Amino acid sequence: MATTTDTANTQVVAEDGVRRRDFIEIAAVATAGVGGLFTILPLVSQMAPSKDVLAESTTELDISALEPGQSIKAVFRKQPVFVRNLTQAEMDDANAVDVGDLRDPQTLAERTLAGSENILVVMGVCTHLGCVPLGAAEGEVKGEYGGYFCPCHGSHYDTAARIRKGPAPTNLEVPAYTISDSTLVIG
Amino acid sequence: MSFPWAKQYEPTNPLMKYLDEKLPLPRLVYNAVGAGYPVPRNLNYMWNFGVLAGFCLVLQIVTGVVLAMHYAANDAVAFNSVEHIMRDVNWGWLMRYAHANGASFFFVVLYLHIFRGFYYSSYKAPREMVWLIGVVIFLLTMATAFMGYVLPWGQMSFWGAKVITGLFGAIPFVGEPLQVWLLGGYAPDNAALNRFFSLHFLLPFVIAGVVILHIWALHIPGSSNPTGVEVKSESDTVPFHPYYTAKDGFGLGVALLVYCAFVFFMPNALGHPDNYIPANPLSTPAHIVPEWYFYPFYAILRAFTFDFILPAKLWGVLAMFAAILVWFFLPWLDKSPVRSGNYRPMFRKFFWFGLIPTMAALFYLGGAPAEEPYVMFSQIFTAYYFLHFLVILPIVSSIEKPEPLPFSITEEVLGSDDKAVLNNKAEPAA
Repeated sequence: MATTTDTANTQVVAEDGVRRRDFIEIAAVATAGVGGLFTILPLVSQMAPSKDVLAESTTELDISALEPGQSIKAVFRKQPVFVRNLTQAEMDDANAVDVGDLRDPQTLAERTLAGSENILVVMGVCTHLGCVPLGAAEGEVKGEYGGYFCPCHGSHYDTAARIRKGPAPTNLEVPAYTISDSTLVIG
Repeated sequence: MSFPWAKQYEPTNPLMKYLDEKLPLPRLVYNAVGAGYPVPRNLNYMWNFGVLAGFCLVLQIVTGVVLAMHYAANDAVAFNSVEHIMRDVNWGWLMRYAHANGASFFFVVLYLHIFRGFYYSSYKAPREMVWLIGVVIFLLTMATAFMGYVLPWGQMSFWGAKVITGLFGAIPFVGEPLQVWLLGGYAPDNAALNRFFSLHFLLPFVIAGVVILHIWALHIPGSSNPTGVEVKSESDTVPFHPYYTAKDGFGLGVALLVYCAFVFFMPNALGHPDNYIPANPLSTPAHIVPEWYFYPFYAILRAFTFDFILPAKLWGVLAMFAAILVWFFLPWLDKSPVRSGNYRPMFRKFFWFGLIPTMAALFYLGGAPAEEPYVMFSQIFTAYYFLHFLVILPIVSSIEKPEPLPFSITEEVLGSDDKAVLNNKAEPAA
C-alpha cells in the first residue's frame, strides 16, 4: 500500500515495511467496497416480480360443466393454461405409446392427478420458444398426434401434451394444481 | 492543462498500453481525478462539496432510472403507481425515499458549494467560466427538481405545477398563451404530467453534460484554495489521488451518514403530508409551499405585494429570477483583487452578518404562511439580498483594505517557503 508519493508518512514505516496506516486504508476501502456491493442488492431485486404480480399466483376454475372432449383456456400468471377433459379414445391413444420412445418420457398417469386421469392441465406455452400451441379450441389444428400443435416452429404434442415431433425439448409443462369436487385450483 | 510538475500517466501493463494508444480513457481519469492532477495542498472540507454534488447526481440518476421502471406517467394512475412502488415493488420504498431525500441532499450540497464560492470568491478570474457554468447547473437542477416533484401527482405536485407555471403567466402580452402552451392545457393534466416526466428524465443527462464542462473549465486554472493565492510551485500542491480521493471519501462517508439517517429514520421529514393526497383540481391545500430548497426564492416571489409601474405579480417573478441571475454578474460586481474572505475584513463581516442571516431568514420566510409579519420581513430581507450583491459588494470590494496575503500556499501551511525568502531578498526595499 505504501506508495512513493506518500512522503509525509515515510517516517512511520516499521521494520517490516508495513505502515500502521495500511490497516486503516485497507479497512476503510474494504468497508466502503463491501457496503457499495450491498447497494447492488436492492437495485437488482427491484426488477424481480413485485408483490402484486406474485399475488396473482393462483387461478381457480369450475370444471363441473367440462364434458369429455372439451377444453378450457384459462390464464395462470398471465400465461395461458389448457384444461382438457380427455375422451376415452384420447386416453387410450396416450396410454398405447411406448414411453421409452418419447423425447421426454412420462406416462399420462404421471401427468394427471390420481382419480382424475381424464383431466389434463398443461401450460399453453410451447417449451420451444414460448408460443401458444393450437388445439385447445374447437376447430384448431391438433397436429399429427391429435393433441397440440405449435404453429411457430412446428412442434407436435400428443393427447397427453407430450412432445412427439418438432424442436420443442420437453412436454408441455403441468403446473401444480389440486382438484376438489369440481373446483380446479392452479398454483 | 496542468502544472508542469504534474505526474505523467505511464502504463506498464501491455493491455493498458494498448488501451492508452487506442482510447486513452484511463489517461483522462488519471489526469482528471488521479495522481496526474495537482491540487492545492491546503483545501479544507468546504472543497468536498463538488465531488459530493457529482455523487448526488449519480445517485439521483440511478434511483430515478429504477423508479421510472415502475412509475406510470398518466394522471389516472400516476398517484397509484407511486403507492405501487412503495408497497409492491421489491425495495421500492428504499428507491423512492432515496430519490426524494436525494433531491434534498443534492440541494444541501449545492447550497454549501455555492456559498463556499461566495466566501472564497471562487467566481473570480481565472475561474469565471467555472462559476457561470455552475449557475447554469443550479438552474437546470432546480427545473429538474420541480418537474420531479410534480410526478407523484399528489396535491402539492398539482398545485406546485399550477403555481410555478403561473409564474410565466405574469409575463406581459405572451404570458397566458405561454402558460397554456407549457402545460398543454388550461390547468395541469395528463399532457403536462407526461411532458414533465419526459423532461425530468432528460434533464439529468443534460446536467451531467454541463457538469463535464464545469470540471473541464475548472481543470484549466486548477482548483482555487482557502488563501485565494494561486499555486506557485510544486510544494503548493499534492496529487489529487491519493490525497483528495481520501479526503473526499471521508467527507462522502460523513455525508452519507446524515443522508441515511433521513432515508431510513425520517424519510418524510422534508416532504409535505399533503402530497399523499391525490391531486384534486378543485381544492387547493390551505398552506401551499414548494419544497424547502426553493424557499428563499419563493419568499422573494411573495415579497412583492404592491403595483409599481409594473403589476406586483410581474415584479415578484422578475425578482425571483433576478435573485439567481445576479449570480452570473458576481465576477464583475466584486472588484476586490483578493479572493479569499479570510483576508477581507469588511467583506467577511457583511458575509457572516449580512448575507448568511438574510439567506437563513429567506429560507424560513419562504416556508411561512403568506401573512403578516412574514410578508414584511420577506420584503426587508429581499431588499437586503439585492442590496448585498448590487451595492454592498461593489462598494466594499472597492474601499476595503485587505489583510496581507501569504506569499504562497506553502508559506500559509508551513509558516515559511524557501521561495518566499528568496523573493524577499530579491526586493531589498521591502
